[in-house]
Amino acid sequence: MISFFIRLWENILIAVRALAQNKMRTILTTLGIIIGVLTVVSVASIIEGLNKGFASQIASIGSNTIYVQKYPWVAGRDWFKYRNRPNITMKDAKYIQERMKNAEAIAPATSTRRSIKYRNNSLTAIGVSGVTMETEKIEGYNIDEGRYFAPLEIAKNKNSVVIGYEIKDKLFKNRYPIGEKIRIGTISYTVIGVMEKRGSILGHNLDSGVYVPVGSIFRNFGFHRSIQIMVRVKDPSMIEPAMDELRFLMRVSRKLKPHEEDNFSINQQEVLTDMYKKLTGGLYTAAIGIGMLSLLVGGIGIMNIMLVSVAERRREIGVRKALGAKRVTITFQFIIESVIICTIGGIIAILISYLFSVLIDKVTPFPSSVPLWSVLMGLGFSTFVGLFFGIYPARQAAKLNPIECLHYE
Amino acid sequence: MDALINLKDIVKTYQVGTVEVHALRGVDLQIQRNEYISIMGPSGSGKSTLMNIIGCLDSPTSGRYELESTPVHEMDDNQLAEIRNRKIGFVFQTFNLLPRASALHNVELPLIYSGVSASKRKVIAEEALDKVGLSDRKNHRPNELSGGQRQRVAIARALVNNPSLILADEPTGNLDSKTGEEIMRVFGKLNEAGNTIIVVTHEKYIADQASRIVRILDGNIADDLQLEEN
Ligand SMILES: Nc1ncnc2c1ncn2[C@@H]1O[C@H](COP(=O)(O)OP(=O)(O)OP(=O)(O)O)[C@@H](O)[C@H]1O
Ligand SMILES: [Mg+2]
Repeated sequence: MISFFIRLWENILIAVRALAQNKMRTILTTLGIIIGVLTVVSVASIIEGLNKGFASQIASIGSNTIYVQKYPWVAGRDWFKYRNRPNITMKDAKYIQERMKNAEAIAPATSTRRSIKYRNNSLTAIGVSGVTMETEKIEGYNIDEGRYFAPLEIAKNKNSVVIGYEIKDKLFKNRYPIGEKIRIGTISYTVIGVMEKRGSILGHNLDSGVYVPVGSIFRNFGFHRSIQIMVRVKDPSMIEPAMDELRFLMRVSRKLKPHEEDNFSINQQEVLTDMYKKLTGGLYTAAIGIGMLSLLVGGIGIMNIMLVSVAERRREIGVRKALGAKRVTITFQFIIESVIICTIGGIIAILISYLFSVLIDKVTPFPSSVPLWSVLMGLGFSTFVGLFFGIYPARQAAKLNPIECLHYE
Repeated sequence: MDALINLKDIVKTYQVGTVEVHALRGVDLQIQRNEYISIMGPSGSGKSTLMNIIGCLDSPTSGRYELESTPVHEMDDNQLAEIRNRKIGFVFQTFNLLPRASALHNVELPLIYSGVSASKRKVIAEEALDKVGLSDRKNHRPNELSGGQRQRVAIARALVNNPSLILADEPTGNLDSKTGEEIMRVFGKLNEAGNTIIVVTHEKYIADQASRIVRILDGNIADDLQLEEN
């Protein structure tokens, strides 16, 4: 056993010696391996980053919330069909609110974009969301200054407004906003509260909008608009029955006959995570495909170079055999050489993808990290390629006739 | 005592396309320990073929070959490699050193293949280089050495494993006559120290240094001459 390791070590030294004599060729030879391992490891680290960032953001949509909407989140080829659907209306919302049993909270929601103005300061295209008392529960709003709406304000569609954290800074600068009047479009609203900082979801800033009673949006900005109905359930196990109940209630509300299709969509976070998994799964498959292909090409490159190397070093092989190297010894020597080339390629690739990952982490909004398993896989694959594609040339070397080799010029 | 080498009716025939080339046509030869033999003969007579067979680099087409009473003609590839490693030292006309390795590493090669540990190896290889007067050149590469020095490195390599037999096929063929003589003096000393040596040569004055001259003609031994001690 010990003598095996000594022999292994001797052969590694011999191989390193030989490779050091041909540095440029060694590096060029490893290119295919580098590209292959780089592809797999880089994509793995990108997806790992996406998983951490993107997926957790999707999760923050709230796994306990169901959305009744005109369009499905994941539309197939027949999106045009959905355009002819009737809008979701307050009537639908009311119908559900009065009858639904499996819900913890139900809120209609709608939004519009308007410019808003305070004295000489104005901001354009600001999202104006219509909310109710229950929206606060469903979305988990927290108030930083002032207060949230009172039930009566919602019921009477008062022109009161709660502003987003950034709006306060942009519109009021250092002035205390509560009690001030702002214009949303042409309508005057009184500021009653400021939201706490909420951050962003999927690049969408949650702090740059304002919130008003949902009814005031209809009254002030027109009745002809679609809404969505948000339904929150107690825990994830309630999602299924709640979705069934919602569907049933919506169909009754819409007076659909049994043979008629749904003319609304019931959306839930899970469809997004499903889609996300499919997407990243596809990316993985593609990356592994490309990676395997380049490893194959790289492996054939290695084989080719090793065959050239064997042909060039016939004299050396002849000398070694004349001095007592057995077939296995020569085979071993050349396999070790090709394994070392490939492992070097694998290590270079891992270093490069590590740099990539740091760069992506710094430059793009996505977090990125190199997962350990991809490093091990990269090293494993490159070593395996070296082994596999090294066998044939090494055996060719071992088979050579020493006398012919010694005469070779 | 048994002969070191016992060749019985050794035939070597090469098949070149449809033509048979008879390189050796039934050679009988006995060599005792500590002999110093020159093999002479015209080009193409079969000298190198005979040396390759004695050196276990090649197997005879037919005939018996016993080295230290062990039948070599029955051995497979691996066993022959082992014999070459432990019992035979080669010196070639073209030196055949590994060009990018130091003199020391070149001399260490046979020891690597017989599994001697790195530290022991270094000591033994340095001793061998010392014997051929090159201890001050051990870290030089072949291209940093003269032809004569290269051949001495090759000789050190040939004797480093303490072989039963040193084979040299035209060892002075690539050297000028002065350097050639120097090399022959090294062989002379080795023979005095107890080594068995076979040298193939075309030069009469080199052959005359041996104690026995075997002349080959067309694949047969034409003449086997024991020289007077001079
Ligand atoms: N591998 C081979 N295939 C075919 N014929 C060969 C082979 N090796 C040697 N021969 C032939 O065998 C004969 C003996 O060759 P060998 O090399 O033993 O001669 P030699 O006495 O060493 O000659 P030289 O003095 O020129 O070195 C020659 O006719 C040669 O052509
Ligand atoms: Mg010859």
